[in-house]
Amino acid sequence: MTILTAIIFVPILAAIAMVGIGTPAKKTALAAAAINLLFAFVAWAQFDPAVAGYQLAGSFPILSKPELAFSVGADGITIILLLLTTIVTLCAVWMSPADKDDNKLFHVSSLLISAGALGAFLSTDLFFFYAFHELALIPTFLMIGIWGSGDNKRVAWKITIYLGLGSLVLLAGLLALFITSGSSSFSFDSLQTASQSISPEIQKWVFLPLLLGFGTLVSLFPLHSWAAPAYASAPTPTAMLHAGVLKKFGLYGLIRVAVPMLPEGAQAWTNLACILLLGNILYVGLVTIASRRLDHMLGNSSVMHMGYLFLGVFSLNTIGLNGAVLLMFAHGLSIALLFGLASKLRESTGTLEFGRLGGLGKSAPVLAFTFALGAFASIGLPGFTNFASEVLVFFGGFKDYVDLPIASKSLGALQITTILAVLGVLISAIYMLRAYRAVFQGDKPVPEEGDPEITAADLTFSQRIPVTILIAALIITGCLPFLLLRLLDSTTQLLAITP
Amino acid sequence: MPAYFLEIAVVALGILLLMVEAFSNNADRSQVAWGAVTGLAIIFITSFFVQVPANQTGPFWSFYTADGLAIFYKQIALLATILVTIISVAYIPILQKYTGHAKDPSSALGEYFSLPVFACAGLMWMASANDLISMFVALELTTMTFYVLVAYMRHNVGSLEAGVKYLILGALSTGFLVYGITWIFGLTGKTNFADIAAVLETGAVNNTALLFAIALLLVGLGFKVGAVPFQIWIPDVYQGAPTPTTAFLSVGSKAAGFIVLIRVLEPFLTTPAIQSKILIILTIIAAATILYGNLGAIPQSNAKRLLAFSSISHAGFALMALACWTTATPDSNTLPSTLTVSFYLATYLFMTMLCFLVFVVVRSHDPDGPEDLSAFDGLSKRSPFLAFALLIGLVGLAGIPLTAGFFGKFFVFFLAIEQQQFILLAVAIIGAAAGFYYYLKIIRSMYWNDPADPSPIPIPLSAKVTTTLLVAAVIIFGIYPTPILNLLGAN
Repeated sequence: MTILTAIIFVPILAAIAMVGIGTPAKKTALAAAAINLLFAFVAWAQFDPAVAGYQLAGSFPILSKPELAFSVGADGITIILLLLTTIVTLCAVWMSPADKDDNKLFHVSSLLISAGALGAFLSTDLFFFYAFHELALIPTFLMIGIWGSGDNKRVAWKITIYLGLGSLVLLAGLLALFITSGSSSFSFDSLQTASQSISPEIQKWVFLPLLLGFGTLVSLFPLHSWAAPAYASAPTPTAMLHAGVLKKFGLYGLIRVAVPMLPEGAQAWTNLACILLLGNILYVGLVTIASRRLDHMLGNSSVMHMGYLFLGVFSLNTIGLNGAVLLMFAHGLSIALLFGLASKLRESTGTLEFGRLGGLGKSAPVLAFTFALGAFASIGLPGFTNFASEVLVFFGGFKDYVDLPIASKSLGALQITTILAVLGVLISAIYMLRAYRAVFQGDKPVPEEGDPEITAADLTFSQRIPVTILIAALIITGCLPFLLLRLLDSTTQLLAITP
Repeated sequence: MPAYFLEIAVVALGILLLMVEAFSNNADRSQVAWGAVTGLAIIFITSFFVQVPANQTGPFWSFYTADGLAIFYKQIALLATILVTIISVAYIPILQKYTGHAKDPSSALGEYFSLPVFACAGLMWMASANDLISMFVALELTTMTFYVLVAYMRHNVGSLEAGVKYLILGALSTGFLVYGITWIFGLTGKTNFADIAAVLETGAVNNTALLFAIALLLVGLGFKVGAVPFQIWIPDVYQGAPTPTTAFLSVGSKAAGFIVLIRVLEPFLTTPAIQSKILIILTIIAAATILYGNLGAIPQSNAKRLLAFSSISHAGFALMALACWTTATPDSNTLPSTLTVSFYLATYLFMTMLCFLVFVVVRSHDPDGPEDLSAFDGLSKRSPFLAFALLIGLVGLAGIPLTAGFFGKFFVFFLAIEQQQFILLAVAIIGAAAGFYYYLKIIRSMYWNDPADPSPIPIPLSAKVTTTLLVAAVIIFGIYPTPILNLLGAN
């Protein structure tokens, strides 16, 4: 049993202990999350970036025909996602509402969502990669349905049916990939080798369900409509974990499975992907500007940022992939931070409508300051990881153009998309700053007759700790991005189609 | 020990139980049930040590086979009967309400506990039948018992209505089956499946007439497994019958129906001239069954009726594996169709029995309570254990990964892609996605809603132990299905 297996099972065992032995809910969940963060650091320390391929690997065979095993392993991408998941899990559990401290179902659900994400990222077998992701489906349904706010019941159905259908399409695509490759084993390594023999025409048609399936899970335009309302309604830890971590599964799948195993398929659909990702960045970006509530705004902004991630993936080169992986990390931390803070705000104000909020910076200065940092990170200001990664994504988009000889330089679809995508930075600045002004600055609106006056409680000392962890992680890796990028050197070279 | 001792032992057990019930003065009839469970459990364990004779020739083996598949389906039948009997014990309050009379409310319980044992013998013979005649006799033994079991609650109109519907439609389907058998016999002059296959190989049979005969057989067997368009009886009968009988119909009768279907179709499917035509029929039936079952389940508000539609949909998925017909080749990764169906039904057994067991425990606590989904409102607060168990059962039926149900669907989807049945695959994806909705409807009641009556639900020890074991089975086989595949000789 390697440390990676232990990381997957720690949350599950904690959940069992909570229900079976009756250990206190929040403390157990926090302990499990802290242990996992520690384990993640140990795995990071043990990881040797110079070595290509999976490290810290372990395997337990399940089936012999077709060969299927519960196997784990880590390369650079995995380590980064592992750090992201464990950091966000700890902060998400920590920032759970105080009235849920003794609620076992609540914390079991959080832990299972975390375990599902960890299992999906750490598996090196296609079957468990897929299976673990689905572990989060029911806990999400329960958490949004029971403890969500607003139109939570309808939203819980929507996210479950959307993700369920997306997963089934994905399953069909993954099976088609396995069968057409003729591989005898579901392990990534074996599939990667075997899939090179798939003809371009078949690659094209196998890639489509993968794009649609993974795309649904990542809220790719026009399959995105589940995401914003779900995050707006979800209780704090669910929104943080789902938007911050779980949604990255679809991108991880594209980077790990779809693109490297079906390179010609990916190239065949690049133009379509470019159009769709512009839908995310520009269309959803404008929708975000029009949002009238902070939680809807954050949900939409998270959908919008997926466009950059797709751009990084579909640049198909190492720079773009590096940027995409780093952006997954950065976006995961920043959106978790913003959702966590917004939920704290809602706990004391009871509403997140821009029209009813204003001037809260006076009564909650720390919350306002940390929210500003999160907003800056989300916009992509230098000093935060988001900046470093978005720059890499844009470089990745222009790599083809740079490589062309001077005489024949012309802009391809990818370059035009990149140019348009840069506009997105402006859009994010508009909606983030407008939201900040509406909530924290200016004067408080006069409450209507009979409505209580809205005040915001500031972050307590205990709540400041997870917030500090998230901001520190964003700033440290933002100023020193090589800490993470050096992990990717030997990994993305194997996965990218062009250098 | 030869395999047919198993059936003999089961029949002997059944007669013994009836004798005990008739001649003992002991008022506690649940002992009959525990006798049945103990006896069947011993036979179940013995079944793992049965020898499969290498040389199955001679008069006896011309109507009885004891191959690996037969033993597997016998084990399914035995396990289903054991679980049904345990469910029946939990169902005693309802049975007393609708069958007893004032002096002795439990006067009719003994027969209810011993009849499934005879049905079990019929199911086991169905698994071994390799001749149209022995198949028919075994099928009738089972069906006759079910006629009684379905209509058992004589003071309950729903149960009587279900009994009448099942009897009339069952008799009709039997007529089709017999007519089909006579056509096959008339065309080939044989009733043994191997002999029929040999005659077909010569190519001396009129294909049109043969297809007509197969169509008749499909009507009869489609009724047993609940395939569209012969599924009309299922929702009403499942809803009206006593819940343990519903569980038995839905698992035992369906599984046995499938093994018979496999055995009947195998000779025809291995004949190239008509194979493609039968596969087209099967594809249409499978697609229609998946759509009808899954879409029909969406508006249901009665839990048993919902599971009835779910059972139709699962028959559709199992038929889908048959429609993507493929046989074993030594170096292929694919699980052959017959084994895929068998694996699917085995996982279906655990999940369905788990759901029905929880249904019965909840219902027995409040025999006069509502029969619709509101009975499950706030179950997570009244009994977190039962709610979790039902959650696992339903999630398994929905086919969510890391439960046994997912592996079933996984293998079926695998076959469909391998055989390039993309339309059927698309239908299956739509059906399975609809499944997320209606199974989660019950989960919604249990977890989202508040209970009307917050009193905790006591769980009998036997039900508690069985539920725990079933939950464990659904999860363990969802991660490690190898034991079932080993039993099938597939891994």
